[in-house]
Amino acid sequence: MNLVSWGMYPIVKNHQTTLRDEEELKEYMQNTSEFIPFGNGRSYGDSALNDEILYTKKYNNFISFDEDKGLLTCRAGVLLSEILDSFVPRGWFLKVTPGTKLITIGGAIASDIHGKNHHIEGCFSECIKEFKIMQADGEIKTVKKATNLFYATCGGMGLTGVILEATISLKKINSQFINQTTIKTKNLQETFDAFEEHKDLPYSVAWIDCLAKDENIGKCLLMVGDFADDGDLDYKSKSKLNIPFNLPSFALNNLSVKAFNWLYYAKAPDGVSTQKVGIDTFFYPLDSIKNWNRIYGKNGFTQYQFILPKETSYEGLYEILTKISDSGKGSFLAVLKLYGKSNKNYLSFPIEGYSLALDFKIEDGLFELLDELDKVVVKHNGRIYLTKDVRVSKETFEAGYPMIEKFREFRKKNNMSEKFNSLQSKRLNI
Amino acid sequence: MSFVLIIGAKSDMAKETARVYAKNGYNLYLGARNAKELENFKTDIEVRTSVHVELLEFDITAYDTHQKIYDGLKEKPLGVIVVSGYMVEQKLAQKDWDESLQTINVNYTGAVSILNIVANDFEKERRGFIVGVSSVAGDRGRKANYIYGSAKAAFSAYLGGLRNRLYESGVSVLTVKPGFVDTKMTQGLDLPEKLTAQPEDVALDIFNAQQKGRNILYTKSIWLLVMLIIKHIPEFIFKKLSI
Ligand SMILES: Cc1cc2nc3c(=O)[nH]c(=O)nc-3n(C[C@H](O)[C@H](O)[C@H](O)COP(=O)(O)OP(=O)(O)OC[C@H]3O[C@@H](n4cnc5c(N)ncnc54)[C@H](O)[C@@H]3O)c2cc1C
Repeated sequence: MNLVSWGMYPIVKNHQTTLRDEEELKEYMQNTSEFIPFGNGRSYGDSALNDEILYTKKYNNFISFDEDKGLLTCRAGVLLSEILDSFVPRGWFLKVTPGTKLITIGGAIASDIHGKNHHIEGCFSECIKEFKIMQADGEIKTVKKATNLFYATCGGMGLTGVILEATISLKKINSQFINQTTIKTKNLQETFDAFEEHKDLPYSVAWIDCLAKDENIGKCLLMVGDFADDGDLDYKSKSKLNIPFNLPSFALNNLSVKAFNWLYYAKAPDGVSTQKVGIDTFFYPLDSIKNWNRIYGKNGFTQYQFILPKETSYEGLYEILTKISDSGKGSFLAVLKLYGKSNKNYLSFPIEGYSLALDFKIEDGLFELLDELDKVVVKHNGRIYLTKDVRVSKETFEAGYPMIEKFREFRKKNNMSEKFNSLQSKRLNI
Repeated sequence: MSFVLIIGAKSDMAKETARVYAKNGYNLYLGARNAKELENFKTDIEVRTSVHVELLEFDITAYDTHQKIYDGLKEKPLGVIVVSGYMVEQKLAQKDWDESLQTINVNYTGAVSILNIVANDFEKERRGFIVGVSSVAGDRGRKANYIYGSAKAAFSAYLGGLRNRLYESGVSVLTVKPGFVDTKMTQGLDLPEKLTAQPEDVALDIFNAQQKGRNILYTKSIWLLVMLIIKHIPEFIFKKLSI
C-alpha cells in the first residue's frame, strides 16, 4: 500500500497494521522488528513513515470525563475534532490546539504540538495529566509529569513507544466565538511591535506576505483574540469543500500565490479592525477545504518551519525573508508566531522567540534554497520543527537540539532504538 | 428522544453508525452476541454524548428468542438497523456446509426473523424506519463470493418487498449496499483505494439516506455505476469472466 503524510512527499510503499486492542499490540510488538506509529498523517514529512506502520486512528474510544475537573480520558486515536464536536456544546475547549483539528491525541503528544497561545499556555504536554504507553517489551506504563519517559515521549515523534491513552485537561469556555482583532502592518518592525503590544491576549498569529520586497519585507496581517463571553455554545463543525484531485502544478505559480496573498492582505481594512468569528474560522481556516494539500500538485510540498531565539529573531527573519523573496519561490502560507518559554521535553520544538512556517512546492532547486536558509537558522541559534520536516541535515538538526544525546541514550537504554523508527529518525539518527 | 435498535452492533460499521445516531440525539439499543464486550463502547458513546445506551444480548441465528427480546424492550424503538453480516472465504464456504449455512443464516434467515417482528409492530404503529445493510455482492452472483452474495441478494429482495408492503403505513425501508469497506472483516485484503469506503463515511451516508427517506443506498456512490455495468454484462460473457 502506498502511503504519504500531509506533504504527499515522499510516497512510501509500506505495510500497515491497524491498532485495535492491547493484546494484539503486545503480539505485534514481539513479532515486528521495526515500525512507527501513524496517527492521522497530518505531519508534513517523514516522521510517521516507514516500511511498517502501526495505524492508530481506529483506536479511538472515549473513556471518561470528569466534569468537575474538566479531565478527559480517551484513547490515542481520537481526533481533536471529535473532542470539539462533543465538548464545545458543553462549554469546553482544548487548552492547546494546532492549526488543524484533524490530528490524533497520539500525534499531539508525539509532536508536543503548540497553538496560537504558546506564549501563554505552552505546548500540548502542559495539559496532559498522564498517559499510557506500550514499550518495546510489551509492558504498559502509566506516565506522569516530570518523569524521563514523559520528557522523552512528549515531542519524541513516536520513537519511545505506542501511546495508548491520555488524560488531558480541557478549558472552560462560554462561547463558540472569538473576538478577533486584525492588525495590518507595513513591515517586519511593525509586525514585531504589534506582537509585543498584544502579547497579553491568549491567541495571536500573523500571516506574512513572503513576496514583499525591500522596505515592505515582513508586512503582515496579525490576528489576535480571545473567546467571547456570550453564552452561545451551539457549535456545529463546518462542512467541507473538497479538492478531489491533485491540481496541475501551474495552479500554484508565483502569480497565483501573489494573488492569494494580496487578496488576503487587501481584504483586511487598514490599521486595526475587529471581528467576531467562529472556532473553525479562527483556529482551523484550512480545514474547511478537505485535501487542500492537493493544491500543490502531484509532486507534493513541504513546510519549512524554524524558530529563532528572541535576541536574534529580527535579524534572522529579515535575512530569511529576503532570501525567500529573492528566490521567487512562493509560499502559499507563511505564518509567524511569538513563542513563550521552552519546556523540559528533550525534543519539543518551541523556544522563546519567533517562528516562521512556510509551504513550498517540491521542485528543482528547492532543497538547495532550504539548505541556504538552514545556515541562517543555525547561525542564529535556531532550530527546525521535526513534525514538518522531510529533508533537514543531521548537522542542522543536531545544532538546534542540544538534548539530542540525552534522547539517544534514553532510547538505547530502554531498547527503543531498534524497535521504533521512522524514515526521519533513520535519516537523522535520532 | 427515541431509541434506535442496532443489530450486529460489534462490527466497525455498526459502531460508527451508532456514533452518528447518538451524535444526533438518538438513544441506542445495541444488540450483539456477548454484548458485554461492548461495555467500553457504551462508555465511549456516553462520554461523547448524553444519550442513553443499553446493551442487548442478541444472537441473530437464535430465531426463537427474537420475539421475546423485542417484546422485552421497555420502549419500542423508532428505528431498527440490521448490520449483521457473516463472510468467510468463498472456497471455505463451498467445501464446508456449516459455513455455507452460517452465511445464509446470519445474512438472511436471521435478518428475516427479527425484521418480520419489527415490521408487524411498525405497521401497526404506522411509524418507524428500517435499515438493512445488504451488499453490492448481492447484485450479481460471481464465483469469487456467490454464497455470501446470494444470501445478500435474498436479503435485498426481502427489503424491497418490505418497503413495498410498509409504504402505505408510512414506514420507510432503506437498503444499504456497501462496496468495499475498510473494516476488521476486510483487514489484510489489498482493496483499491478509490472504491473503498471508511466505516465512518458509510455510517454518515446511512444516516443521511435514512433521514431523507431514501430507498436504496450505494456507498461509496461510485458503486452504483460499477454495479450497473456489472449487472448488464450478458451472461454468456459474464460466465467466462473472473471479476
Ligand atoms: C494545516 C495544518 C496545520 C498545522 N498546524 C500546527 C500548529 O499550529 N502547531 C503544531 O504544533 N503543529 C501543527 N501542525 C502539525 C500537526 O499538528 C502535527 O504534525 C501532528 O503531530 C499530526 O498528528 P497526526 O495525528 O496526524 O500524526 P501523524 O502525522 O500521523 O504522526 C506524527 C507523529 O506522531 C507520532 N504518533 C502518532 N500517533 C502516535 C501514538 N499513538 N503513539 C506514539 N506516537 C504517535 C508519529 O509516529 C509521528 O512521529 C499542522 C498540520 C497541518 C496539516
